[in-house]
Amino acid sequence: MIAVIGGGIVGGLIAREINKYIEDVYLFEAKNSIGTGITKGNSGIIHGGYDDPPGSLRAQLCYIGNQLYDEISRELSIEVRRIGSHVIALDESELAKINELEEKAAKNNVKEYRILERNDLFDMEPNLNADALMSFYCPIAGVTEPWKVAMQSVKSVELNGGKVLKNKKLVEVKRKDNKFELSFEDGSVYTADLVINAAGLYADEVARLFGDEVPAIFPVKGEYFLLGKDVKYVNSVIFPMPSELTKGCLVIPTVDGGYLAGPTAHEVKSKQDFSTTRDGLAEVKEKSLRLVPSLDFSRNVVKTFAGLRPESREKDFYIDIGKSSVIHVSGIRSPGLTAAPAIARYVVEYLIQEKLHINLEKRKDYISHVEKIPHFVDTDYGYWVRAIEQDPEAGEIVCFCNEVTKREIREAIRNGARTIDEVKFATRISFGECQGSFCVSKILKMICEETGLEPKDVLQNEKGSWIIDSEVRTI
Amino acid sequence: MRYETDVTVIGAGGAGMAAALSAHRNGADVILIEREEESGGVLNQCIHNGFGLHYYRKDLTGPEFKETLEEELATTNVKVLEGTFVLDVSKDKKITFVNSKGIHEVKTKALVMTTGARERHFNSLGIPGDRVSGIFTAGVAQKYINLQNLKPANSALIVGSGDIGLIMARRLHLEGIEVKGVVEILPYPGGLERNVQQCLRDYNIPLYLSHSVTRVEGKNRLDKVYVSQIDEAGRIVPNSERVFNVDALITSVGLIPSVKPVEFVRTGPGFITTNTNQTTADWIFAAGNCTVIFDLVDYVAREGEKAGKYAALYAKNEYVPEERITIKKGKNINIIHPSYIDPNESTKLYVRVSKVFQRAEITVEPLGIEIIEEEARPSEMIEIHIKSFKEKRIKEIEVSAHELG
Ligand SMILES: Cc1cc2nc3c(=O)[nH]c(=O)nc-3n(C[C@H](O)[C@H](O)[C@H](O)COP(=O)(O)OP(=O)(O)OC[C@H]3O[C@@H](n4cnc5c(N)ncnc54)[C@H](O)[C@@H]3O)c2cc1C
Ligand SMILES: Cc1cc2nc3c(=O)[nH]c(=O)nc-3n(C[C@H](O)[C@H](O)[C@H](O)COP(=O)(O)OP(=O)(O)OC[C@H]3O[C@@H](n4cnc5c(N)ncnc54)[C@H](O)[C@@H]3O)c2cc1C
Repeated sequence: MIAVIGGGIVGGLIAREINKYIEDVYLFEAKNSIGTGITKGNSGIIHGGYDDPPGSLRAQLCYIGNQLYDEISRELSIEVRRIGSHVIALDESELAKINELEEKAAKNNVKEYRILERNDLFDMEPNLNADALMSFYCPIAGVTEPWKVAMQSVKSVELNGGKVLKNKKLVEVKRKDNKFELSFEDGSVYTADLVINAAGLYADEVARLFGDEVPAIFPVKGEYFLLGKDVKYVNSVIFPMPSELTKGCLVIPTVDGGYLAGPTAHEVKSKQDFSTTRDGLAEVKEKSLRLVPSLDFSRNVVKTFAGLRPESREKDFYIDIGKSSVIHVSGIRSPGLTAAPAIARYVVEYLIQEKLHINLEKRKDYISHVEKIPHFVDTDYGYWVRAIEQDPEAGEIVCFCNEVTKREIREAIRNGARTIDEVKFATRISFGECQGSFCVSKILKMICEETGLEPKDVLQNEKGSWIIDSEVRTI
Repeated sequence: MRYETDVTVIGAGGAGMAAALSAHRNGADVILIEREEESGGVLNQCIHNGFGLHYYRKDLTGPEFKETLEEELATTNVKVLEGTFVLDVSKDKKITFVNSKGIHEVKTKALVMTTGARERHFNSLGIPGDRVSGIFTAGVAQKYINLQNLKPANSALIVGSGDIGLIMARRLHLEGIEVKGVVEILPYPGGLERNVQQCLRDYNIPLYLSHSVTRVEGKNRLDKVYVSQIDEAGRIVPNSERVFNVDALITSVGLIPSVKPVEFVRTGPGFITTNTNQTTADWIFAAGNCTVIFDLVDYVAREGEKAGKYAALYAKNEYVPEERITIKKGKNINIIHPSYIDPNESTKLYVRVSKVFQRAEITVEPLGIEIIEEEARPSEMIEIHIKSFKEKRIKEIEVSAHELG
């Protein structure tokens, strides 16, 4: 059996890639849901790959990953919107840096870019800061919903005979002959022939369980505002000129029509600190307003959130085979979600097959396409009407902001969603302006109906995130 | 399926049900569309009394008020479509909607929008802190408790001292949830004095005026709420921080008019209308909380009734306004509704002042109307009646308030 530790976008895609050759794959995720680690709180950008340091593993894998997203989108039924990105020069000193970007792009073998003069730039993005002089425009950049990639990957694994187990936190490892005995927090034990560690922020700690050392991971927080879709701000991803440290604070259209402003980049002490801060949010406002001055932070805010980057001093991915012969996929910071499909191939084709000399053959019975029931409002009315004829619930809108039907919600629950957030990330309920005011109580009821859980046992997300304490009165 | 009708009403809350009834009484064929499985809107969850004192001259609960309207509707041929969501309203008067029976289109002569409002969510305030469960809008908490028999908290802090916040404080207290206080950013309570007495003082629930939440904390479920005093300039007063150990934060920080899916008329943020409830598209009328937030369902129902009437007359080509006079906010006025007047018809003008007055004089110029309001405050809507005034040549009307010495 091959074990993958970690059900984020990286672990999910690696398990899927292995599953193309071997049925007996197990994916173990510590939390009670898939794709809710780093994969949940980030910018969601499929980067163009032009500005990673030439020669780094990041640069090597980012562009390939970008290209692989067409296939990911097709096979996993994921929405990828290639809306392009602009890096904006706001003054003379930044104009000079556009050349540096071109040089880097050349070294990284990225050819899909254009330098836009002011007029062309404003034709595309009329709401930019009027000082903008020029942009480095990359049409292959895009946005996606990273958690959906993780969720659909594990669905593909289950479809092809692999196992996906949640609430499985790896806590202890023993060597038995040539095998690994993996013990989980819930007391269960599994034996694996090969292990891939894709534990995100905790990849260094998981490596240590196997007696291996990888570069230490420290969390770097990124805070964001999510703005609603009633105002049109920009059409593509807007970057400031990048610094040594980060790509800066951006303005990003999301797949479902809203906007993100952020992220900040500040090192924090705890890998569990997902809080937003007064200073962080103020910084996002100030910096993003420099790019798009009309962003309305007093009336258009939907919510704020923070994500943590798994940073290492080397600032690069560390993907290698440890002394224990476990494969560690560590330090997967930005552009990790862009690179993720390429990382999966690197692990299977290069590390497993070439370096570990394990011969693998593609399965003949492998099913590459994973269906997803459509978001009906996005389909044409003829299709939708036929769906309603088959199942009237396809005509019942439950989430009014994002127009999600009862049928879509029921499907998510039947696919294993047990928490409000799992339904949310699968269907986009409660992502909109009302933040669930109209629908969460109905979703809670549906989860209970479908699974037999009591309302007090339905969680928002992780253990302890209860919603209902008890009944008001016993009847 | 395709339908044709004189008047379509979207949203079957108090405003929409009253509009549908009155359009029917004025001789129109009416379709009333509601996205929830049950009509009634906000009325369904308000099981306290205080509804209908003006409109029915009876003290009713929300559900009783709704039933009264529903019984009247049942005696008519108004077609009520519940569980039906409007996808599109097009400029050529076609309305597309979806429900469990399919996707349909109505060709209508006039439309009344009575889509109500949504609650502003805590998440939109940009207040920092942890990702936790246990933060509910008052309406959501009210639905859990009153409609689903579910208790969402053991102890709570309430944000916002409008009537909804005050009523929820009492409700939670009576259901055995410890209410540790009500926090209000303004220096005066947002709700009626009557409610401050009956919902807070009677139960010894403290009210923190000029205070705001600065941070929420907890591991997965809310556990601590940090509150500080706010000075006149909106800054946090140093060393004024208090920490409340509560597992729920119930917010009532404003209602935002819902105008979806009509995209081509003027809004700000609700539908902007005339005294005859007409929007900037002459075939679309609007009433209730989707225009401006009203204090009482009585006003809402009365506005709905008026909108239904003019929509029916418009559908029969019996109502064509000749001119519109702009009404402007003058000194010390926060909200004014409607924004335009058809001078041939009488007007109910709704006004909110922008600060607290001991004794306010409110003037409507150049009509020469002056009224005196004792203890006028922003939270209480003031109603002014204006008769039709065909003979006067007036271009613009201005409403102002000032303190009487
Ligand atoms: C603020 C921010 C912005 C970003 N923006 C972008 C961007 O725009 N474009 C881009 O390409 N990249 C971006 N990234 C990077 C990208 O988000 C990450 O590289 C990617 O999501 C990492 O995925 P992962 O699967 O490695 O980690 P995770 O999603 O965290 O998955 C790891 C999983 O392992 C589980 N786990 C941990 N320990 C154990 C254990 N002991 N046993 C079992 N399971 C365990 C965790 O619960 C977790 O679910 C950004 C990152 C951040 C933080
Ligand atoms: C908690 C609370 C307590 C209150 N207490 C009192 C009180 O004690 N006394 C009093 O007089 N007033 C009270 N009010 C005020 C009063 O009840 C409301 O202002 C009034 O009921 C609003 O009526 P409405 O029809 O405008 O809106 P709503 O009741 O909100 O109705 C709007 C309807 O439109 C539907 N709708 C919206 N969009 C669409 C769409 N696109 N397609 C189809 N349907 C749609 C909604 O589902 C809803 O049913 C209270 C209000 C609240 C929120």
